[in-house]
Amino acid sequence: MSLTVKDKSVVKAFWGKISGKADVVGAEAFGRMLTAYPQTKTYFSHWADLSPGSGPVKNHGGIIMGAIGKAVGLMDDLVGGMSALSERHAFNLRVDPGNFKILSHNILVTLAIHFPSEFTPEVHIAVDKFLAALSAALADKYR
Amino acid sequence: MVEWTDAEKSTISAVWGKVDINEVGPLALGRVLIVYPWTQRYFGSFGDVSTPAAIMGNPKVAAHGKIVCGALDKAVKNMGNILATYKSLSETHANKLFVDPDNFRVLADVLTIVIAAKFGASFTPEIQATWQKFMKVVVAAMGSRYYIGILEYQQAPEICLANAAFSH
Repeated sequence: MSLTVKDKSVVKAFWGKISGKADVVGAEAFGRMLTAYPQTKTYFSHWADLSPGSGPVKNHGGIIMGAIGKAVGLMDDLVGGMSALSERHAFNLRVDPGNFKILSHNILVTLAIHFPSEFTPEVHIAVDKFLAALSAALADKYR
Repeated sequence: MVEWTDAEKSTISAVWGKVDINEVGPLALGRVLIVYPWTQRYFGSFGDVSTPAAIMGNPKVAAHGKIVCGALDKAVKNMGNILATYKSLSETHANKLFVDPDNFRVLADVLTIVIAAKFGASFTPEIQATWQKFMKVVVAAMGSRYYIGILEYQQAPEICLANAAFSH
């Protein structure tokens, strides 16, 4: 399900609106994922505190959302743009790529909470497609 | 058998108590039809679903959204036995409506997003976790009659269950 010209412009416009709160959204989405999908905690067993408001959780959520924000500018070649991160997830972190869908869902939930009027069905479909394409690019180097 | 703590039961009742089925149902079903357009295959008789505006303004979509969302009420009132509660609905969707059971998960996720938008920050991560557990059980119950043929189950349940275990 490739990104159309319209998808890309909807995603860019929406990201422009949320960029000021990107850190907060990332932190919250990541915290929600760890809380609502406890199996995802297995990748972070080296952190003492996995509660939604903890320092490492907020920090890491911000890092993830920053990378996603960069990917908004790389939508014309996501596989190329995500290549290094894909290798990292594949060979260092070895995160099962099924988890990308889980994080994507929690990002959508967080966006709906913080931007209820901007996160229309039309924005929802474009962002959902973008996150799916991004997830595929992130899984590209796995095998 | 799914176990619910008292806290989980009261969380689900509290969330459901604040949901207006007449508002949330149409919003959720409409959003599913827009975000996952292939789901429109089940609604050929509903008229114009050609654009997001047409979908959100379609009275048949709205009416059906209320029905679908309203069926969740049975689960909230029977949390101790959701599997049995949805047995005949699952059979209907499997054998008469021919709905791909993956759609139940899709609807559950979109419903969660619509409820999150309505509730805002009061839909905390902990409340989300409990709500999603509830959705997972409902989705599993709705899919439960897909994997066992009705006639086979009536004739030889033990053989049927054993076959089902092997086929996964």
